[in-house]
Amino acid sequence: MSPQQPAGRPAGGLISPAENTWCPGCGNFSIEHMMKSAIAELSEEEGIPLENFVLLGGIGCHGKLVDYLNVNSFYGIHGRSVPAATGIRLANPDLKVICHVGDGDIFAEGLDHLIFAAKRNSDITVVVHDNRVYGLTTGQYTPTSPTGFKGRSTPGGITEHPLNPLEVMLATGATHIARGYTKKIRQLKDLFKEAIMHRGFSFVDVLQICATYFNLTDYYNEHAYELREGEVDTGQFESALGKIREWDYDRDAPIPLGTFYSVEKPVYEEKFQALTAGKPDRRALVRKVLEERR
Amino acid sequence: MTEYSVLIGGKAGEGINTAGLSIAGLFSRLGYRTYMYFDYPSLIRGGHNFAIIRASERTIGAHRTQVDVLLAFDQNSIDNHRQRVHDATTVVYDASQVMRAEGYGLPLDRIVEEEKAPPITGNSAMLGALTRVAGIGREVLEDVIRGSVPAKHLEANLRVAGRGYDAAGDVFTVEPLERPSLPVLTGNEVTGLGLVHGGLESYVAYPMTPTSNLLHFLAGHAEDLAIKVLHPENEISVILMALGLAYAGEKAAVGTAGGGFCLMTEGLSLAGMSEIPVTIVMGQRPGPSTGMPTYTSQTDLHFVLNAGQGEFPRLVVAPGDLAETYAWSATALMLSWRYQVPAIILTDKTLAEGAYSFDVGAIIEPPDPEPVLWDGTGEYRRYARTEDGVSPLAFPGREGAVVKVSSYAHDEIGFTTEAVEGVTALQEKMFRKGESLKAELSTYPTVRSYGPRDAGKTIICWGSEKSACIEAAERFGAQVVQPLVLAPFPARQWKEAMIGAGKVACVENNATGQLARLLRQQGFDPGRPVLKHDGRPFAVDELEARLLEVFA
Ligand SMILES: Cc1ncc(C[n+]2csc(CCOP(=O)(O)OP(=O)(O)O)c2C)c(N)n1
Ligand code: SF4
Ligand SMILES: [Mg+2]
Repeated sequence: MSPQQPAGRPAGGLISPAENTWCPGCGNFSIEHMMKSAIAELSEEEGIPLENFVLLGGIGCHGKLVDYLNVNSFYGIHGRSVPAATGIRLANPDLKVICHVGDGDIFAEGLDHLIFAAKRNSDITVVVHDNRVYGLTTGQYTPTSPTGFKGRSTPGGITEHPLNPLEVMLATGATHIARGYTKKIRQLKDLFKEAIMHRGFSFVDVLQICATYFNLTDYYNEHAYELREGEVDTGQFESALGKIREWDYDRDAPIPLGTFYSVEKPVYEEKFQALTAGKPDRRALVRKVLEERR
Repeated sequence: MTEYSVLIGGKAGEGINTAGLSIAGLFSRLGYRTYMYFDYPSLIRGGHNFAIIRASERTIGAHRTQVDVLLAFDQNSIDNHRQRVHDATTVVYDASQVMRAEGYGLPLDRIVEEEKAPPITGNSAMLGALTRVAGIGREVLEDVIRGSVPAKHLEANLRVAGRGYDAAGDVFTVEPLERPSLPVLTGNEVTGLGLVHGGLESYVAYPMTPTSNLLHFLAGHAEDLAIKVLHPENEISVILMALGLAYAGEKAAVGTAGGGFCLMTEGLSLAGMSEIPVTIVMGQRPGPSTGMPTYTSQTDLHFVLNAGQGEFPRLVVAPGDLAETYAWSATALMLSWRYQVPAIILTDKTLAEGAYSFDVGAIIEPPDPEPVLWDGTGEYRRYARTEDGVSPLAFPGREGAVVKVSSYAHDEIGFTTEAVEGVTALQEKMFRKGESLKAELSTYPTVRSYGPRDAGKTIICWGSEKSACIEAAERFGAQVVQPLVLAPFPARQWKEAMIGAGKVACVENNATGQLARLLRQQGFDPGRPVLKHDGRPFAVDELEARLLEVFA
């Protein structure tokens, strides 16, 4: 970012004055800047006021993103941003609610919440900073680390296989599923915009370079490719599943990037909206309930 | 004092709770104040359930051991309750089930078969027999059944009730009292209504006895009360969802018991640090661990006082009857918003699932403290340092404000900081808030006293044991002192209430004397412990006997 960029809208003023403490070469920078641009552009193009965006951060290197952007934020606790996000969306349907979570954060500590938010089609966006390692706690394995990964807690190498988070999400009912890569930033921004605008639960797994504990740059550059138009039928469960299974986060295989699945289903928060609409005099309602008990 | 006690017992799944409430309804119709204790094991079919309904001219909130009428659906209901029967007790039993009993035997199998009614209508036969035994008019019986049975089953129930009425005999006469009848509500129901009075917009919970029925009650009345009721995947999600709702401006409460509260503690600490208001209804039951799920205890006082890592102010209230439950549920929620602290309403199975006559007129409407809202001038700082420690609230979506909340130590805007000046100021602001809350509470009735002040004998108690204590105290001419707020502890009001206390007994439903420990921490003498820890509340007579040891 050039420091001369004008303050205020669109993108320039969204960078906060907080000191950035990510390692040089960390993929989190790409996610930060592409999210910033996605928000700025959506604000311009779709007329969404900037104050209607809310970012939630998990705990880990990834979570710091919410400090770095001048956007409403809920910097919560490890693994638990997703239910808070649903709460926020329940309270105010105008808000665009985006969770920045880590792979340890959401696939280990908070997997239950992720699965249930997908199952209920909560109208939020979950962006996983999937560096396949615990960054902030200095290099342990996570649910997406490949077999054989030697971390500080598993110096002999892990024998278990990683989760394929996209497959988990498809199986549990997510209505929008995508994967990006921090070295393909233009696509990343578009994936963010698409996910935020999707009505319902959006999931974006971002292959994020951890420069310090698990640098997979060469591997990803060799294997990753962008899905072309028509390569997957995003309205089709079977077609999405096939593409999602092309790479299982373990074997050597081509790694497709892009949107795998996107369908419309009823949104969880919708049916609760009517209940609290308007400004009802609830004390009168209490009296009425009591009257009926006489 | 005129009073009556009735026990109705049978197997789980036979509708003993509902039948008990109908009995309470019967006495309420006649102007009596009622209380129902419901005792049931944690199972769905079989076992032994019973309810004791006590009716009195005066407001009551506890049972006595002996009963005037025993209504038995099975042999256990006779055999398990021999100590409750006295010379004048009338026994009515289901002659198709009970082999050994003396009294009025109703052949319930035959009656329901002849009336072509479903077996559950046997409850109405018992109600009918009780009506007759108690010399209550048939029209009152029919009125009660009309009020409790859905139209579809009304005729069958009325027929079966009539058979029960005819099969029994006149034993005594309950004189109608010339005054309006009161509705009978449970502590859970009144907690829910109190929360809504306090501004509740969303209730979030995962089922757990003894607060499941609060979830059911509010879910059943979500439209009537214009609230959202949510049941997510676990208690961690429950409290985080509530914090998300509150961050975005919606007043939320959650409900649970000890086990679920364990899962909420990280969220509770987050509420403390991020200064997001949340109200937690914590219904106690005996632990450790799963313990006795459907029984009662006062064993989580120190847990709620200390739960959550780190130090932060919190409000803990422990109402003891329905009027207090209503007022303090409302107050807890309002003060939680006014001071941006977590508030805990500590109940237990006795209060939550017990049913009591509810006199709305007796409620002293609590004050209406309002949240402090941002006035829209200048740059918004979520954690602006103010004199009373309370930073004005704005919610996401508000133009001109960037609202940043955080679990990390943070500066005024909400950015993470670990700088010495920043973290010290943050802590000080948080504790100023706690002091401000304490100052405001000094204008509330945080400690209540009952009975003569100069008796030289004092019974200390908290929560649901209050009613039994007030009754037992009369026997000794003692006063009763009850703290309603346990954090921040109302030391000044406590000290005043205890001037000239004399001999002191501290009555609690636990094994270690948790209120006593809190009082000692605060520098007060809690007197002699009178403890009960078998999962059951004190019966009035049982407590009287125990108090003799202290006051004799
Ligand atoms: C309940 C809890 N357990 C453990 C931690 C310690 N902790 C902080 S960050 C982290 C892991 C972070 O890994 P990940 O979510 O992958 O984030 P990254 O740092 O890689 O972005 C852990 C275990 C914590 N903060 N809270
Ligand atoms: S440890 Fe890895 S993820 Fe964390 S800041 Fe450094 S490079 Fe980024
Ligand atoms: Mg990680």
